[in-house]
Amino acid sequence: MASSRDAILATVRAAKVPQAARPEPFRAGIRYADPLKQFGESLAAVGGKMIVAPDADSARAQLLENPLLVPGKKNCSLLPEIIAPTFSLDDIADPHEVEDVWLAVLPGEFAVAENAAVWFSGRRLKHRVVPFITQHLVLVVPRDQVVNNMHEAYDRLKFGTVEFGVFISGPSKTADIEQSLVIGAHGARSLSVVMLG
Amino acid sequence: MTGHPTRAAEFIALPQRAAWHDQSLWFVRAKRDKAAKAIPEWESLRDAAAAIKAHTVANLADYLEEFERNAKKLGAVVHWARDAAEHNAIVLKILSDHNVKRVVKSKSMLTEECHLNPHLEAAGIEVVDTDLGERIVQLANERPSHIVLPCIHKKKEEIGELFHEHLGTDAGASDPQYLTEAARGHLRDRFLKAGAGLTGVNFAIAETGGFVVCTNEGNADLGVSLPPIHIACMGIEKLIPKAAELGVFLRLLARSATGQAITTYSSHFHGPRAGCELHIVLVDNGRSTVLGQDDFRRSLNCIRCGACMNTCPVYRRSGGHSYNATVPGPIGSILEPARDPAKHASLPHACSLCGSCSDVCPVKINIHEQLLIWRRELVKKGLLPLTKRWAMSIGSAVLQRPWLYQMVGGMGRMALKLLPRFLVYSRLNPWGKQRELPTPPKQSFRDQFKARHGK
Ligand code: SF4
Repeated sequence: MASSRDAILATVRAAKVPQAARPEPFRAGIRYADPLKQFGESLAAVGGKMIVAPDADSARAQLLENPLLVPGKKNCSLLPEIIAPTFSLDDIADPHEVEDVWLAVLPGEFAVAENAAVWFSGRRLKHRVVPFITQHLVLVVPRDQVVNNMHEAYDRLKFGTVEFGVFISGPSKTADIEQSLVIGAHGARSLSVVMLG
Repeated sequence: MTGHPTRAAEFIALPQRAAWHDQSLWFVRAKRDKAAKAIPEWESLRDAAAAIKAHTVANLADYLEEFERNAKKLGAVVHWARDAAEHNAIVLKILSDHNVKRVVKSKSMLTEECHLNPHLEAAGIEVVDTDLGERIVQLANERPSHIVLPCIHKKKEEIGELFHEHLGTDAGASDPQYLTEAARGHLRDRFLKAGAGLTGVNFAIAETGGFVVCTNEGNADLGVSLPPIHIACMGIEKLIPKAAELGVFLRLLARSATGQAITTYSSHFHGPRAGCELHIVLVDNGRSTVLGQDDFRRSLNCIRCGACMNTCPVYRRSGGHSYNATVPGPIGSILEPARDPAKHASLPHACSLCGSCSDVCPVKINIHEQLLIWRRELVKKGLLPLTKRWAMSIGSAVLQRPWLYQMVGGMGRMALKLLPRFLVYSRLNPWGKQRELPTPPKQSFRDQFKARHGK
């Protein structure tokens, strides 16, 4: 008996679907006069907060204005110059141990103006659960790394190796109960994006 | 067998509730409109999406092979399932091989379609749906009534009661914030105890062997980042050729679904976590048959955004459960009869052919046209519902005889004018349910035409 794989592929081939050309890459994406400003507006609309900071000290000072982000609980940080970590993620073998992380400070590679998405690559993060399990999340993006739209975003991404990456746009949310928006469904209850530089 | 009209009648038996349901969905539809209008290139995006899908399905076998090759290179295990039973057997085997007793699952219409949960539960495995809306319907022992908003039919008071019973929340509490917080605590515990995480797939990329899962809650990511096993189940139509094309689809998906510019999390999985396993199950379950049907092939373009449901006047007023199907609403009324025409014969008739679904569909499926073609197919298969059958034979008798048509038209205009309300809006006239019938014109079209043209 043919394997399921071969059987499925054979039926798909036998369907004789009329040929259609692959369209040219989409280039007509929306552009903004001031992508950074647009990013800030998009982020506010999804319940996140943008912080523009020339340097790490300014970033820390502005973050600490939010009492929720005051360190002292369990912090996971890949950017010690902004917020010092309270433990080393690399010493932890089992991701379940990071269950009680309060604040995570992680680098975002770039930001997307049209929808407030920040691209986070798990490459430098030993446990990919951190940005999801933490109660509060801070993503730090170089200020000049803002693209207009998702087409420009994918122009920057290269896949092909084992890697986890995610676009994060705002804090975790749900509107499943009578369409009422509630921030903090399963993931982070707050998201701050620091635009650094 | 009871069809859509009977079940819809049960839904509208509570008129206030039906009106509330209608308005909730219209609110979502309005948000979609606003989001679409904010993007000047919206229409060309839809064109691009439809073209990418047309190209992909024309070369689907090649793209499936390319995807499999690349996914394996990244260390994933790729499985193929011809039908629901094989899919369920594969998932169960992976779980029992690893002695997994608890599974957390994020939203996946495919596993609903395959009825995976009862299959796993029968084998003693606990399956917890982790999307809040899906968890709510799971606790209520119901199925989702909408593919994006699974418990859109439920009032917060009912959810409060359910949570009081199952999660121990305060009796009478119905504040969404409070209930969501309770669910967060309850599900965190399940995430931490799970031995495997199951997800659906929104898009799989042939070129890279990776796939994308979109959620707002973060439940898919929590579910697969703690336990050592991730199982991703996908229909073979979820493929796209290249990562760059995700730009087109991610821009369309959330805007069409809820009016958001993008979901909170769009996670790109390429290969397993270090020391862990990633299984991808590719499922056919009738899709390759639809692929061979010129009239219905485009239904495979569907990215499950739910926009056609939110806009559909029938869906909004009859509720998702009235379709008695995994995927309700306009697109479900195409997909479900394809799987089981006899069971779902009434669905293509649950449509006024207004075409609103086709107008909002981000991948430009000609939904209302396919529904019309399905009606013809059902006639051919001898599956026309009884009431329709006689209405049709009377209709055809009338339409074949111009004198009779004129006479019946006159009678109708007269009747609507003269009959008392209780007769027009009675059980004998389904057209009077949930709507006011129009004021009849004084003259027939024929008379008006004659008068205008002086003939
Ligand atoms: S048919 Fe179109 S509108 Fe309906 S769910 Fe699918 S993609 Fe969305």
